[in-house]
Amino acid sequence: MSPAALKDAALTALVALALFAPLVGLRTDVAPAGGLYLRQRWDDVAILVALAFAARLALLAWRGQRRLPTASTAPGWWEAPLRRLGALAAPLLLAVAVLLPLGAFSWDLGAFAIPAVTGRYELDLGILVLTYVMLGWGLNIVVGLAGLLDLGYVAFYAVGAYSYALLATHFGWSFWLCLPLAGILAAFWGVLLGFPVLRLRGDYLAIVTLAFGEIIRILLVNWVSLTGGPNGIGGIPRPTFFGLTFSLSGGPGTFAGFFGIEPDPSHRVVFLYYLILGLALLTNWVSIRLRRQPLGRAWEALREDEIACRALGINITVTKLTAFAIGAMFGGFAGAFFATRQAFVSPESFTFIESAIILAIVVLGGMGSQIGVAVAALVMIGGFELFRDLQEWRMLVFGAAMVAIMVLRPRGLVASRTPTVTLTGRKRAISGELVGEGHG
Amino acid sequence: MAEARADAAAPPAGRDLILEVRELTMRFGGLLAVDQVSFAADRGRITALIGPNGAGKTTVFNCITGFYRPTAGAILLRDAAGGVAELQGRPGHRIARAGVARTFQNTRLFPGMTALENLLVAQHVPLMAATGFGIGAVLGLSRYPRAERAAIEKARAWLDATGLLDRADDPAGALPYGAQRRLEIARAMCTEPILLCLDEPAAGLNPRESEELSALLLAIRDGQAAGRGRGCSILLIEHDMGVVMRISDRVVVLDHGRKIADGTPEQVRADPKVIAAYLGEGDEGEEDAA
Ligand SMILES: Nc1ncnc2c1ncn2[C@@H]1O[C@H](COP(=O)(O)OP(=O)(O)O)[C@@H](O)[C@H]1O
Ligand SMILES: [Mg+2]
Repeated sequence: MSPAALKDAALTALVALALFAPLVGLRTDVAPAGGLYLRQRWDDVAILVALAFAARLALLAWRGQRRLPTASTAPGWWEAPLRRLGALAAPLLLAVAVLLPLGAFSWDLGAFAIPAVTGRYELDLGILVLTYVMLGWGLNIVVGLAGLLDLGYVAFYAVGAYSYALLATHFGWSFWLCLPLAGILAAFWGVLLGFPVLRLRGDYLAIVTLAFGEIIRILLVNWVSLTGGPNGIGGIPRPTFFGLTFSLSGGPGTFAGFFGIEPDPSHRVVFLYYLILGLALLTNWVSIRLRRQPLGRAWEALREDEIACRALGINITVTKLTAFAIGAMFGGFAGAFFATRQAFVSPESFTFIESAIILAIVVLGGMGSQIGVAVAALVMIGGFELFRDLQEWRMLVFGAAMVAIMVLRPRGLVASRTPTVTLTGRKRAISGELVGEGHG
Repeated sequence: MAEARADAAAPPAGRDLILEVRELTMRFGGLLAVDQVSFAADRGRITALIGPNGAGKTTVFNCITGFYRPTAGAILLRDAAGGVAELQGRPGHRIARAGVARTFQNTRLFPGMTALENLLVAQHVPLMAATGFGIGAVLGLSRYPRAERAAIEKARAWLDATGLLDRADDPAGALPYGAQRRLEIARAMCTEPILLCLDEPAAGLNPRESEELSALLLAIRDGQAAGRGRGCSILLIEHDMGVVMRISDRVVVLDHGRKIADGTPEQVRADPKVIAAYLGEGDEGEEDAA
């Protein structure tokens, strides 16, 4: 055992001690008499610190024998098939997404009948996943393309949700009028935040956006007269199908009544599903288009080298602001959808963990990759639901999976970048090692 | 474009100047990196800025291109029509739009973007205008497709002129060093500048590449490169004396932030102050001067 390894392990133990002493060592409990008292658990701390020490030593010894798998940004084995399937994989996913709700109904096709295969639960899960796909694609514009680390994206989601909630409950405006307004308001807040903040770089930008996300949430909690405070806003109108409601009465003004079909609660769910699918696809379409435009190219150039951009006459403040505003706008759309789906919004839905999950989806998917983000959202949100039985352990599983992926594939599932334009007509992927991550 | 005061705008007799630097001073805390330097660059000519390491050449460039705000002094850019723009204190992107393009001592390409994409980013300003500032382009409404085709043609011409046509779709970061330097020049030229500022473009090139670079710079000066038709004045920082003496029309020498000589290559080469400055730099300087 080399002294260097011992020193390293001792350092680890010290860090563990500093962490576990307050976290584990001291615990408040309710005394039998009724008051609170401080229970001390130093033996547990000692065990944990010893474990950390031993584990670190073991890790060092193991690493001494064989090299740790090196982090790789080279194309993974799945990337080549995925790309070869590329023309196929995306439409396939899309087809599944489009066809999923049809399984909610039983079809009587004369000769044979297909029973309903997807239930309400699957549809709700689909809506949830699609919401995160949309949020991921929206944040991807800011983080993946422009390289600006935004830790407060949920703020724009909140602005969109509350905009719709307030406009719809106070003025009774329809969803289709409020949706663009919610997006515009979120974009407006994006510009407002971006103006002073985008001069900052890297860590500073991340911290300020994080703070902004919290400020918005705290504002929502405390501005009771407008937002209802922690109680939130309820009774938000549900979206209508071109003016037709989804009520179960089956009357003339309802969806079922108009089309002369049996009223079914799943009609609304299916409608909501297609609504978020459409919104997500809009986000995707706009990002893909923008990426091939000078604006999107300038975003990517900004991520690669800000100083070079300035030397080419690109106004970096304006360019960053557009990325921020457009990203925020899609966050606002998603927020409006969230409000109409839940019919209830409260500050609890817009905590930092939401920002963290959306950012994790973007980073996991591979910054800048549309399909990567979609797959990551599916895996993360779907996986989260799948492991519901594990209860609090699933957070542990989730954390471990994140660490493993970041160690093995620090640039995400799809690490390479596709050129936006070619002379030869053959688009060859660019290795993630060459692609910049942005500095803020 | 802010017009300069009448007296500042008066051009000196006999020379058609594109750039005039007057008493430029740049101080970093206690360090006087550039000390009251005045010089001028002629239109359609190559002006070299030389001097030992740390003389302040890059700092002068950074002041001209708006990356530093000079402590004192004036920088005037004259376009062909006679308009005068004061560059000092303007933000870098506005100076670039006024027609000053630059390369960097350590190349600053967009490594994850292809060579072609690098050249399209350089044409951002006109392309952005053609898209109707983004909105029209998303909807596919504008005259953007035609503008982009023209931009690609211009990029192709410059890739051809710099010998990079077969690498057009390779990421810039994967190109060999010499190719990256050429690509950076092509990218600067795609902004359609009237003044091209090059910071040590021959550094790290082998003799054959230096030779090709000299030819390229002469072609750019005379407007023969990439079928541009219009010449471009060049301001050149260079350590490779072979290149400097071969292609410069005028040489300005800096040492310790001060101008110590200004004249034709022959005059400068014979100047005892210049020889002393380079000899005083020690082994490294002699190697550079060789
Ligand atoms: N941003 C800066 N901050 C502090 N000092 C600087 C800065 N830029 C350049 N300098 C100093 O100014 C002097 C001139 O540097 P530079 O212009 O890079 O020299 P050259 O390009 O002629 O080799 C050097 O002493 C350098 O350390
Ligand atoms: Mg220098």
